[in-house]
Amino acid sequence: MKLLELQGLTKAYPGVIANSDVSFDIDKGQIHAVLGENGAGKSTLVKTIYGLVRPDKGQMLLEGAPFAPTDPRSARAAGVAMVFQHFSLFDAMSVAENIALGMENPPKTQDLATQIQAASENYGLPLSPDRIVGDLSAGERQRVEIIRCLLQNPKLLIMDEPTSVLTPQEVDILFGTLRLLASEGTSILYISHKLQEIRALCEHATVLRQGKVVGTFDPREMSNRDMAEMMVGKTLTTPKRAAVTTGQPLLQVSGLSAPSPHQFGTSLKEISFTLHAGEVLGIGGVAGNGQDELVAALSGEIRTSDDMILLEDQGIGADGPNARRALGLCAAPEERNGHAAAPDMSLVENALMTAKTRLSLLKKGFIDWPRSRAFAQEVIARFDVRTPSPETAARALSGGNLQKFVIGREIIQNPRVLVINQPTWGVDAAAAAAIRQALLDLASAGSAVLVISQDLEEVLEITDRFAALNEGTLSQAVPTAGLTMEKIGLMLGGAHDLEVAHA
Amino acid sequence: MLRLEKRPQPSRAWTYGAPVLAVILTIIFGMGLFAILGKDPLIAIKTIFWDPIFGPFAHFYRPEIVKKAAPLVLIAVGLSFGFRAGIWNIGAEGQYIIGAICGAGVALAFYPMEARWLIFPLMIVVGLVGGLLWAMIPAILRVVFKTNEILVSLMLVYVAEVLIKAFSIGLLRNPEGFGMPGSRNLRQYPSAANLDLIPNTGFHWGALAALMAVVAAYILFTRHQFGFNVRLAGQSPRAAGFAGVNANRLVILCMGISGALAGLAGLFEVAGPSGQILGSFPAFYGFTAIIVAFLGRLHPVGILFAGLIMALTYIGGQAAEAQLNLPAAAILTFQGMLLFCLLAVDVLTNYRFKFGQREAR
Repeated sequence: MKLLELQGLTKAYPGVIANSDVSFDIDKGQIHAVLGENGAGKSTLVKTIYGLVRPDKGQMLLEGAPFAPTDPRSARAAGVAMVFQHFSLFDAMSVAENIALGMENPPKTQDLATQIQAASENYGLPLSPDRIVGDLSAGERQRVEIIRCLLQNPKLLIMDEPTSVLTPQEVDILFGTLRLLASEGTSILYISHKLQEIRALCEHATVLRQGKVVGTFDPREMSNRDMAEMMVGKTLTTPKRAAVTTGQPLLQVSGLSAPSPHQFGTSLKEISFTLHAGEVLGIGGVAGNGQDELVAALSGEIRTSDDMILLEDQGIGADGPNARRALGLCAAPEERNGHAAAPDMSLVENALMTAKTRLSLLKKGFIDWPRSRAFAQEVIARFDVRTPSPETAARALSGGNLQKFVIGREIIQNPRVLVINQPTWGVDAAAAAAIRQALLDLASAGSAVLVISQDLEEVLEITDRFAALNEGTLSQAVPTAGLTMEKIGLMLGGAHDLEVAHA
Repeated sequence: MLRLEKRPQPSRAWTYGAPVLAVILTIIFGMGLFAILGKDPLIAIKTIFWDPIFGPFAHFYRPEIVKKAAPLVLIAVGLSFGFRAGIWNIGAEGQYIIGAICGAGVALAFYPMEARWLIFPLMIVVGLVGGLLWAMIPAILRVVFKTNEILVSLMLVYVAEVLIKAFSIGLLRNPEGFGMPGSRNLRQYPSAANLDLIPNTGFHWGALAALMAVVAAYILFTRHQFGFNVRLAGQSPRAAGFAGVNANRLVILCMGISGALAGLAGLFEVAGPSGQILGSFPAFYGFTAIIVAFLGRLHPVGILFAGLIMALTYIGGQAAEAQLNLPAAAILTFQGMLLFCLLAVDVLTNYRFKFGQREAR
């Protein structure tokens, strides 16, 4: 039986048609995937269903009756819930308060806490209702969003890229949850570009390209490559690299311990690893296990004793970010807006922000704007950053484009060591492939790359060695070749986290 | 339905348009206020805004406007650094008073020596350092003990006010003043007097310093790494940390600059328009400069215009008080309206009004 029918939905914005005659149906209890690159119109489509956008043409039927939500509240009242890719949470409030804010008639805080605890245990998403959201990692914040929706008992649950920050075991549990919900009659609209996961979960998939439906099929009968190419509309190349020639050690970290600057952060405990020239080392881990702290300790935002971090045998643990850049260590943190880039500043200013040292964009403290602009333009051109101009504010760029800019900015500086956290989070398939290729090229050219990622497919694809970060400690690094998802999952100690939630 | 929609980029037009609209709105609301007080609103506005510049007695008012504007601009330019970086020095008034005490102290120590080449430059240096040191108290407390610089700098204003009263009847009292409170008048001491550089224009050394501060701040903000770091720290503290900006150093520098310029303003005021250390030393420049800084959008050129407009409301306001019997409180209310309107229209820079249903891409 059909739950939701989309009939000829069309939505145009000045200069771009976001959706053009989009039609497909979602049955009751069906898990339906929507695939597409950034800008393909997925967001507009789900926002139409969620009442954030009103279509220019076309209509929707929910359980046979016309459905034209004027705002998210009426969509929620009709039984549509959504987990957004970008979190809409208030940092200063607790988990329970944030969840209460999204509810029409929130119960008493105590009851709500009990409900959250229950949902968290049923669905294997460890979450304490009393914690302050500002102290949570990206992965934990997403759990808040998911649980907020689950508490509404929706008929249709829209999930926009929900698994980017979960371990394989957690993904399995989440999929179990989604299948359970589907078997209870809840329909799920699942938006993702992780093809593996769509194949594992969904029976139906609709592919959008440039606002149009280009295909509806059963993902279990399609290869990843076919699906990806249908999505992009052209033949994809998997990242390739020249033969690995591991050189001398560039970055040696030994016994790195540092308290987290945040109250609920994870302190780093005795972390040791060596990064060689020409090597890509992957560090995996569930969100909130010390990734941010490790990046900060390597970038210079957290200072340690000098000998804990050696760059080409020179102690840099006590140096600040610019001193490290001068010596050849560049970094790109996970959060693009507000950390790796300043949202209200132009791309030129953002380019200057980290490139000033290595590219000598300062003369006696005075900024060389023409060269900064030229550098920003180089990043934009070489990394295919879609932006009206280099003077555009960073916040006006889409996540994928800003990420290409942030990573391009560091790579073009030609660092000896590049530390990068979540290089392709929220980035579409084509852009992700371009970013991964650029990282491999940098390593092939003789630099060392440290990739910290929660996307394990990515880790398997581009790294030479792999180590797991768990509660601030780092495992021994092992060669990536021959590793399976299951082995990685065990290294991450993923299961242990979940047992706590069930206890 | 009317609602606000966030702009993808701050609007350039409204960045400049908002202060103009704020002034227009203030005039409209001000007319309402004056009408309620039983005065002819048009005449009141004309007395405040038109007569001091173009009226029959403008030759008397214009120098007064420059004299009022100079300290406001000088202090506000200094404050704009901290305000852009998210460092809130609310105590410029205190630094201004301390600068005046220190500068006047130097002059009075040398009295009656005739050596302008030595004394006046020394006063400038000591006035500047005095304001700077006074600002270092909240700055260092913030860096070392994480105290709130808003509270500490504000409380130090009251300390400074007590100090100047004590000095005016104590250490710095004029020995030939027949026991009256107040120091010697520095305007009558040629080695220390801050007189008009061009006679009868009100353009004294402080006005020159204010113009130089405007130019220097403009260059720092647009061309220099320091101004860039200040803006970065204010907009995205984490990104600033990632860019290698030392937050503590920035606190010290921004508080230092604002304190030093406020101290300078105090020195030029006591050696010029005011002339002496007195319990009733012309006050409130330090607080009004906060309004001027925001009215000028924390932009040096904007602050220059804002300072002149604010000075105009003072001078015009005094004229209106005298000629139309307006209460002094009405003028203060009027100035308050100006900041209020500015904050209200400020929203247009980052948001726009939209009619109808909410849309999102």
